[in-house]
Amino acid sequence: MYQQNNPTISKGVDWLIIWLYAALCIIGLICIFSVEYRSPDSVLQSFLGFKKNYSKQLFYFAACILIAIFILLTDSKLFTATANLSYLLGIVLILATFVFGKEIKGSKSWIPLGFMNLQAVELCKIFTALALSKYLSMQETDFRKRQSQLIAAAIAFAPAAFSILQGETGLALVYFAFLIPMYREGLPAFYLIFGAAMAVLLIVSLLFSTKSLLISFAVMAFLLIYFNRRLIKRNKNIFLSIVAVWIFCSAFVGVVVPFVFKHVLKGYQSDRIFSMVGVDNPYTDKTAVLTDTEEKEKKKEKDKQNYNVKQSIIAIGSGGFAGKGFMKGTQTQGDFVPEQHTDFIFTSVGENFGFWGSALLMLIYLGLLLRIVSIAERQRSTFSRVYAYSVAGIIFFHVAVNICVTIGLAPVIGITLPLMSYGGSSMLTFTILIFILVKLDADRQMVLR
Amino acid sequence: MSVFNQSRKNVIRLIFVVLFLVIIGRLFTLQLFSSKYRIQADDQGTFRKVVYPDRGIIYDRKGKAILENTTIYDLMVIPGKIKGTDTLALCNVLGIDTAEFHQRIISAILKNKSYRPSIFEAMLTSEKLAKLNESMYKFEPGYYLQERPVRSYPFDAAGNILGYLSEVDSGFLKNHKTEGYQMGDYAGKVGLEKNYEKVLMGQRGIEFWKRDKMNRLTDRLENGRFDTMAIAGQNMYSALDVELQLLGEKLMENKLGSIVAIDPKSGGIICMVSSPNFKPKLLTGADRKKHITELLLNPALPLYNRAVSATYSPGSTFKTLQALVALHEGVITTQTQVSCNGAFYGCGTGKPMKCLDYGTFSMQSAITKSDNTYFATVMQKIINNPKYPNIDSSLANWDRYMYAFGLGHKLGVDVPSETKGNIPTPEYFNKPKIFGPGKWNYCSFRSVSIGQGEVNVTPLQVANEMAYIANKGWYKIPHMIDSIEGGDKFDMLTKFKVRQNAIDIPDSIFEVVHNGMQGVVDAGTGTGAKVPGINICGKTGTVENYEHGVKQPNHSFFCAFAPRENPKIAIMCVVENSGRFGGTYAAPIVGLMIEKYLKDSITDKGRLAKIESLSNLNLIPARIYREIRRQDSLLHSKDADYLSEKGIIRKAKDTLGIEVDDEDKESLDKNKKDTINNGTIPTKNKEVKLPLKTAAILPDQKKKPIQKDSIQP
Repeated sequence: MYQQNNPTISKGVDWLIIWLYAALCIIGLICIFSVEYRSPDSVLQSFLGFKKNYSKQLFYFAACILIAIFILLTDSKLFTATANLSYLLGIVLILATFVFGKEIKGSKSWIPLGFMNLQAVELCKIFTALALSKYLSMQETDFRKRQSQLIAAAIAFAPAAFSILQGETGLALVYFAFLIPMYREGLPAFYLIFGAAMAVLLIVSLLFSTKSLLISFAVMAFLLIYFNRRLIKRNKNIFLSIVAVWIFCSAFVGVVVPFVFKHVLKGYQSDRIFSMVGVDNPYTDKTAVLTDTEEKEKKKEKDKQNYNVKQSIIAIGSGGFAGKGFMKGTQTQGDFVPEQHTDFIFTSVGENFGFWGSALLMLIYLGLLLRIVSIAERQRSTFSRVYAYSVAGIIFFHVAVNICVTIGLAPVIGITLPLMSYGGSSMLTFTILIFILVKLDADRQMVLR
Repeated sequence: MSVFNQSRKNVIRLIFVVLFLVIIGRLFTLQLFSSKYRIQADDQGTFRKVVYPDRGIIYDRKGKAILENTTIYDLMVIPGKIKGTDTLALCNVLGIDTAEFHQRIISAILKNKSYRPSIFEAMLTSEKLAKLNESMYKFEPGYYLQERPVRSYPFDAAGNILGYLSEVDSGFLKNHKTEGYQMGDYAGKVGLEKNYEKVLMGQRGIEFWKRDKMNRLTDRLENGRFDTMAIAGQNMYSALDVELQLLGEKLMENKLGSIVAIDPKSGGIICMVSSPNFKPKLLTGADRKKHITELLLNPALPLYNRAVSATYSPGSTFKTLQALVALHEGVITTQTQVSCNGAFYGCGTGKPMKCLDYGTFSMQSAITKSDNTYFATVMQKIINNPKYPNIDSSLANWDRYMYAFGLGHKLGVDVPSETKGNIPTPEYFNKPKIFGPGKWNYCSFRSVSIGQGEVNVTPLQVANEMAYIANKGWYKIPHMIDSIEGGDKFDMLTKFKVRQNAIDIPDSIFEVVHNGMQGVVDAGTGTGAKVPGINICGKTGTVENYEHGVKQPNHSFFCAFAPRENPKIAIMCVVENSGRFGGTYAAPIVGLMIEKYLKDSITDKGRLAKIESLSNLNLIPARIYREIRRQDSLLHSKDADYLSEKGIIRKAKDTLGIEVDDEDKESLDKNKKDTINNGTIPTKNKEVKLPLKTAAILPDQKKKPIQKDSIQP
């Protein structure tokens, strides 16, 4: 098109997304600063000292900007070309963690790089998104076919399966986000509902005892049949489908889950999964006698998670409408919320800036998501569109789950708040995700396959 | 294909929007409608640190501090942090065993949770502090020392007046809700500390601190924007002369009784001794509880402020007041003479009231010689005064005088636990249980005329009465505190500045009484009080008293003021159950006190020797020793094994060998109960509440059930 032969870095770039990206990164930096900074420290010195988290985050941010520029300078064809290769690389990285993995906070999913620790599963989201886009945009793919759908699902969920084995259930759940681009590309709505239902079912089966779930499913099925008895008289299929759903749910909760936890997963793995949602593992081998210290350790873990959520809710709830003011949050300053600079970074917004601040932040995220959706829709190539929806799905899933955890709407699943939480891996992942999108969008006139 | 599923973009948008709305809705309820989180956050994230101001200092009349502040240390513990510290070493330093250690830790956890500091040992003694300071590094950070300002008594005197502080209890908190006290605070418990709590306390400051999850104070909240400054308590200047107080306490050693001296012009109390006293230092510091228990159990009641709380029959000291009434009412003149043939026969037959000196007396000589018959006759004239239609009104008129003299009601002194004494009233005699209307006459209560019987006074009232006579017709409410530095903000001193003269009695009448009283010291019953070069007006009293209806040795009373020309001190001394006469013990004590006060020091060797001999003179009645022995034996009797081991008793019930009559046991139990319940001195006690009994009982009186309520101890 015009100016094509004079490519500049800014050509066709969607500035709104970049501004929203920068705004979120800077808000995140400010929040980490407010969490960690204590009055006698010298601001400039500690910012440049690379000792404090906010200082490190600043450097990560700078590195991310460099990478972003680098991405914008590349040819967007590169992404389509290397999609499958990078996916393979991602899988290899994940598998490598089984060998070289460094254990941080109970999960062995980190690869030590010296200056930072890289979380392979985190990074693999990009590759998966690319690979999924690549697959769906292939001319020979007909996504209406069952076979294509299965291949797409396999691409999307393979890394998740590996990361569950690593004990990173939270990160694995993120891969459910790929249902959104698949839905957009024609996956029947049933699968989206099915995926959501499975996620819910999995979580409730972890949270509640099998017996009470079976009883409540039976009661729910009975009530559904009873209230829909007129419809059922006209159409027997409704009755059959209710019964089918009921049997499926019961079987899933009563047979599949126990089987998986008892026979497929190892004891420590299932323990870790249960501890994600803050529940004791009911499938522990009862015959194995736990030592006192183990018992205590488990109790401690559970208390810690309850404590986290409680403190998080107190901090956010105490913000009120206008908040306590920047650096004036007593909960933030008193280190009451554990992991506040990473997964619970939202609490410092809630406390310091109150309802208007939190709502504004939510609107920024929503704006980013809706902008990505509209960008997706203006793409001419399927690859770009699928990729854009993947990015939207991942960010949406992260934001929604992370914030629901901090306000007590979801069990404690350790996933980060995109661009705001402290951590190089997370920031790098989202930067790459977003800037590949920006680059693809900038080249939207090209038809990519 | 891109057109194929276009509508689905809106579904996806809807999913995004709906979930974000759910989150915003949840935030809305969390942040705007749940104040509990704010409260919880403030509770854990901020700390309201109370800054205690220095309590006010009390000075004596010469500007010496008699009550001031000093610092001691508490050993604090944070039970959650003591893991790994050398418990045994700490126990050794503090001299406790591990069982006691665990006990304390458990109670600290129960009280304040394991992550908050609690007091492990309050008010460390200086030895323990020295040892701890050496090895404190071993016990940190689970233990630390915390400063605590305490009261100090530089002269270690006047414990009964100054009082002490103690931790507030829930009752106190309930009564002082708005004054900002909290659990663990200290407040004045007795004495001036209690009465002037508001003045001495000052105003607490509040600092708001941020604290972290480890409960450490990190920083001021918003740079101290919400803080309030502590304002130190106001200093107070008392009328007390601490040197005179020390002398008085020395003189009253080994005796039960009290001395009260008042500056007649100002009403300021120069000294107020109650004996036995306690060293106020015992009630600050580590062994405070032990000392209080000892003091509470002491049958001589050292915590009981006899000077304002004990009531006695005034004895012959009462006669001076009768003289004033009679002369002012005009029932006699200064020339009226009454002769005593050995007893007062004014009431006809029956047991007469003896007089000691035979002869004929005028007013002046009757006071000097303390003649009973004279005053019995005089009072008979007052009561039977034809000016009044009946005996009710004449006795009421007499009561009016007594009230004007400061008797029969609380004076309003600024030392707590004042009692009001008793003046017999017509209403009292008219009670059917006593005599009934019309069934009584002067002879029913004639012993009141000589200060026995139904009349009861406190030593303070007698001293005040001396001030009244010295001033020729007025007094100011006796008080300890003359002025408050920085102004009397709570209007506590105004009432002390007002002259109290309900009845105007001409100076000439007082001259006659003064003459008589000077005679007492110069050549009468109270020559023991003589001080060369000072004209002292005094009056002796020898007070008969009973306990359980058994006559006890007389109380020795002496009251005086000096110098006669320009009275500077009005003083009263009582030595309980000393036996002998008022002039014997109380008069020389008063003489020494007056000399010390007016001449500033006693240098004469003979007089100094007199101080020593009086101080060493033991006049504590035998019943006190009996009681102490009984308590000891009770203590041991609890440990029957101990006794049988010692061979004192055989292990059989009937040979326990300790006789305790039920009444005593009851009173002892009651004592204990009172002690436990409110920690104050039991006010109702047999040693104090003296049975009201007339000196001479007439046969017709004997039949009547006299004052049932007051006979019982």
